[in-house]
Amino acid sequence: MTTATQTCPECDGPVNVGDTVRASEVIECPECRSELEVVATAPLLLALAPEVEEDWGE
Amino acid sequence: MVSSTAPRTALLASRMRFEEKRLLEALDRRGVPCTTIDTRTVQHHLHDTPPPWDLVLNREISATKALYAALTYESAGVTVVNSATAIETCGDKWRTSLALRAAGIPAPPAALALTAQAAEEAAEEIGYPVVLKPLVGSWGRRVALLPDAAALRTVLEYSEALPSPLAQLAYLQGYVDKPDRDIRVIVVGGAPIGAMYRRSDGWRTNVARGATTTACPLTDDLAKLAATAARETGADLAGVDLVEDADGGLQVLEVNHGVEFKGFQEAHEGRVDVAEVIVERLVLGTDRGTGRGVDA
Repeated sequence: MTTATQTCPECDGPVNVGDTVRASEVIECPECRSELEVVATAPLLLALAPEVEEDWGE
Repeated sequence: MVSSTAPRTALLASRMRFEEKRLLEALDRRGVPCTTIDTRTVQHHLHDTPPPWDLVLNREISATKALYAALTYESAGVTVVNSATAIETCGDKWRTSLALRAAGIPAPPAALALTAQAAEEAAEEIGYPVVLKPLVGSWGRRVALLPDAAALRTVLEYSEALPSPLAQLAYLQGYVDKPDRDIRVIVVGGAPIGAMYRRSDGWRTNVARGATTTACPLTDDLAKLAATAARETGADLAGVDLVEDADGGLQVLEVNHGVEFKGFQEAHEGRVDVAEVIVERLVLGTDRGTGRGVDA
């Protein structure tokens, strides 16, 4: 698996993202622990993930 | 190879969790083309032609959005798993309690109170400690174990300050003095596929709160109760939560319509592949289940 390095939109730290990642997947910034959503994969784009809503769950 | 018999399938989700990824991988292995729909892009006009799918796997993380998407797709003739009916019932703890009660399924005593004052009276009748839960919600969020009336009153004051009228209704459940664990059974297409224990240091045993999971023997009693609970709540795919009471009996706590199965998969790795079973039973219809799942 190859990885691409992106910049965390919250702390500017480096975030390694594997090539198996899918759009709408949430990953964690290793530096600031922010939850980041993969908004797009080609090209790779990260954004702060939405906050958990009251009716979220299983 | 693309399956020629598979329904035209879509997977609806706004968050791609472990479960959605496993489902997409299982569909891919079976050669089932699948369109991924980001729930946040959904719009449907009354005059629209039906969407080009036979089946939508409803994996939306928001119960509200999952419900309205299901209603919309079903109105266009699409089969949705889980259905709007299942989400309406499982997504609301009181509706779940009513469905379980109507089917004679053992469950802890429960009450709905429409005001804080009524909730205090209802709690007295159930007896303390009492469990106060939001009608809608998951992962053990805002679920409170309350030792006495003073604690209940305090929490109700906070609930009354919440903006949603629904949040101000009180769902109360009798506390079951259970071991340090509860049991989750996953039911797919009417048949249980296995069970797991969920253990936690605290009294809430949600995996989302850090509970650990181990395989649990799927006894006949467990299988029968879980299958009945899933059927009576209309859930084709269900995570049925049960507790063992002090007498060794089983009681159904709730039925989850948007079941997460990462913890279950870890507990059963190598024995059952939940995503594969879902695809076999609910997408391809090749395995309707035998009524027995895997044993631990």
